[in-house]
Amino acid sequence: MESFWDWFRWLHEATGINLTIFYDPFDRGRFVSGFLTTVKLSAVCIVLSVLIGVVGAWLQGSRLRITRHVIYWYIQFFRNTPPLVQLYFFYFGIGSLLKGADVSGIPVPLISNVAWAIVSLSFFAGAFNVEIFRSGVEAVPTTTIEAAESLGFSRLRTYLFIVLPLAFRICLPALNNNLVNLVKTTTLAYAIAVPEMLYVSSQIWSDELNVPVMMNVLLVCYIALVGALVWVMHRWERAIRVPGFGA
Amino acid sequence: MPSLTESAMPAAVTEPIVVLHDVHKSFGQAEVLKGVSLAVPKGDVICIIGPSGSGKSTLLRCINGLVPINQGSIRVANFNVHELKTDQEKIALRKEVSMVFQQYNLFPHKTALENVMMAPIHVLKEGRDEVRARAVALLGKVGLAAKQDSYPGELSGGQQQRVAIARSLAMRPEVMLFDEVTAALDPETVKEVLNTIRELAQEGMTCILVTHEMRFAREIADEVYFTDGGVIVESGPPDRLFDHPVKERTQAFLSQIL
Amino acid sequence: MSRSSWTTPLPPATDLPVLLPPAARLAHSAAAERAAGTFSLRLQPVHGVMALVLFLVGCAVAEAQAKAGDPSVLATIWKWMPLLLRGFLFNLAISAIAMALGTVAGMLLGFAQISLLPPVRKGAWLATHFFRNAPWLVLLFYCMFLLPFQVTVFGVTIPIPDWIKATFGLSLPVMANVSEIVRGAVQSIPTTQWESAASLAFTRRQTVWMIILPQCIKRMLPPWMNLYAILTMATVLASIVGVNEMMTLTRQALSAENRPGLLLAFYSHVLFWFFLYCYPIARWTVRLEAKYAVPH
Repeated sequence: MESFWDWFRWLHEATGINLTIFYDPFDRGRFVSGFLTTVKLSAVCIVLSVLIGVVGAWLQGSRLRITRHVIYWYIQFFRNTPPLVQLYFFYFGIGSLLKGADVSGIPVPLISNVAWAIVSLSFFAGAFNVEIFRSGVEAVPTTTIEAAESLGFSRLRTYLFIVLPLAFRICLPALNNNLVNLVKTTTLAYAIAVPEMLYVSSQIWSDELNVPVMMNVLLVCYIALVGALVWVMHRWERAIRVPGFGA
Repeated sequence: MPSLTESAMPAAVTEPIVVLHDVHKSFGQAEVLKGVSLAVPKGDVICIIGPSGSGKSTLLRCINGLVPINQGSIRVANFNVHELKTDQEKIALRKEVSMVFQQYNLFPHKTALENVMMAPIHVLKEGRDEVRARAVALLGKVGLAAKQDSYPGELSGGQQQRVAIARSLAMRPEVMLFDEVTAALDPETVKEVLNTIRELAQEGMTCILVTHEMRFAREIADEVYFTDGGVIVESGPPDRLFDHPVKERTQAFLSQIL
Repeated sequence: MSRSSWTTPLPPATDLPVLLPPAARLAHSAAAERAAGTFSLRLQPVHGVMALVLFLVGCAVAEAQAKAGDPSVLATIWKWMPLLLRGFLFNLAISAIAMALGTVAGMLLGFAQISLLPPVRKGAWLATHFFRNAPWLVLLFYCMFLLPFQVTVFGVTIPIPDWIKATFGLSLPVMANVSEIVRGAVQSIPTTQWESAASLAFTRRQTVWMIILPQCIKRMLPPWMNLYAILTMATVLASIVGVNEMMTLTRQALSAENRPGLLLAFYSHVLFWFFLYCYPIARWTVRLEAKYAVPH
């Protein structure tokens, strides 16, 4: 393995292309951790935003008007404002109000910047998901559910075998758009110093002064990550599409 | 006093398989069924006609227990439908009576064959191979053997409805309910569905149809019921009802349709 | 359960729908979003009211937290407003220039995607998806760091300030999205149009210029305008790379005032101005969408 990394050292000496992320263990570690942070951030936000979407869609059907209005305003705010401003609202606005004190009495924010990034991005993506899930469930015809009940399916089985699979297939394309957008939006966490890939790369290039090289590596990494996601999503959609609908 | 049909039921030859007695149903403030009584002998074909909003579809849904009634009694085969509470009891009822709807019958994410197989496997808990053989036979019976691996979205309207009929037959019901099954179809495809229903009737299946197809009703019905405003206004054999309606409302409706 | 092959095209849809209209609407909007590259901004007057309410709430909160002798919140905002509005105009300038650059480049790229020469077509496809998949902030950084800070042309040295680099950086994703919009619009023109033109002996170039393009303009307008509204909102990203636009100036104002309660008031002030600008665009987009609706 060492010889593989050493080739990059040779590359630097021979051509000036300084890929420290390969031959320097510290930088390598930093970059990999940055990449993993981006992946983890994306994964956690995806899961949370789906949960928020499910809960929001369920609450939107509530009988209480106040619940319905709260969900409506939540969606409208997060959908129509720049996510950066949302992030600042959470981190600088609410975050500055929630100050605990650590052992030596120095005020310390109760919720870390990573947590705020997760909260902000999840609510941002969740707002879109509420609409998507609502449409998905509404699109399953009542007659199809009645037909299932007429055949003897219990309510639970109707939900499991008919409603959920159909709603999922209907939601998936819109959900995928949202997912890909979310992964791209995780870069905003740079603004609040979350050590995701962009932030870590900026640290590396200010240390090693290899800006052009790192920039290119960064660009390629993001495009590869997002491109892979898009490709997987596209295949999944094609595999479970409902024929005769949305063709 | 339950108002049974005027026409003489063949005396004691066939025990009624579906008996409704003074059924009332309200949705909130609106009363949709205002005291409906009828009796359907086994093997008969009943057609229910009437203007929209007269409660015909609700009536069918009450018969197979999809909609609970407020007052009265419904008896299908050996089941008191109005007394069924648990899922188990309802499932037992649904083995006796099957329903085909106007549209959105089939499960779009399953092929035609899988649609027909699903209920016997999951509800009746029958063996997969046995169910598959029976499903293939049923699809052949409705003339769609070649389309068994097609999805509903790839089938025409008439084909979809025929698969829905095959799917209902897979449960081996005693009574079949049809809720305006041809209303959403193109006129050319209506015929193929009506042919399938005609074959079923000729084989002795007890059928209750809500329909606008008057010629078809005239041809296959043993009894026709005219409903309006939540009550049965008039009933009788098709020849008598269509040619010599007694009540004014019946006359008015028929003059509009025919 | 799954199809035989994920590459086989779907057969034509049935005459009896299998799912309710909301499903078709969701599928259509998902496809439109995918083609345009961004979600659609659906602004309504009530959002402006919301921004105003938020602003007033922020003022109230700030007043509640104010110490004796502090000037009122509204006076503070009034004091800073000229500077912040100059910053806002800067945002608008960046968005306008980036849109112009991106549209021109995007149209070229879009037509390259429908070229008959495979290398051109494939290269354009690659470039489009390359820039579509990159996060906007990364492209911004790329341009900020890698574009030279001055360029010498014919012996004249032209300095390239930060905001021009940021504008260029924002024009790249615009180019990619416009390219997809163009491609989608051209592909939505029925093939019979091409066939009729060919049978009238039009060359390919004449067909594209005189027949296809005029029809495409109408179809491209709504997603293009939506993209512009999104781009305008995205210009706040330039604050991260140090451009002195409205967001940066707002943050500088906040740290100069050093009163924590002012945050909500100042940020909702920013939102309000953006709403004021983007709302007419969003409404116009909806009107154009309805007017030029393509029957499906």
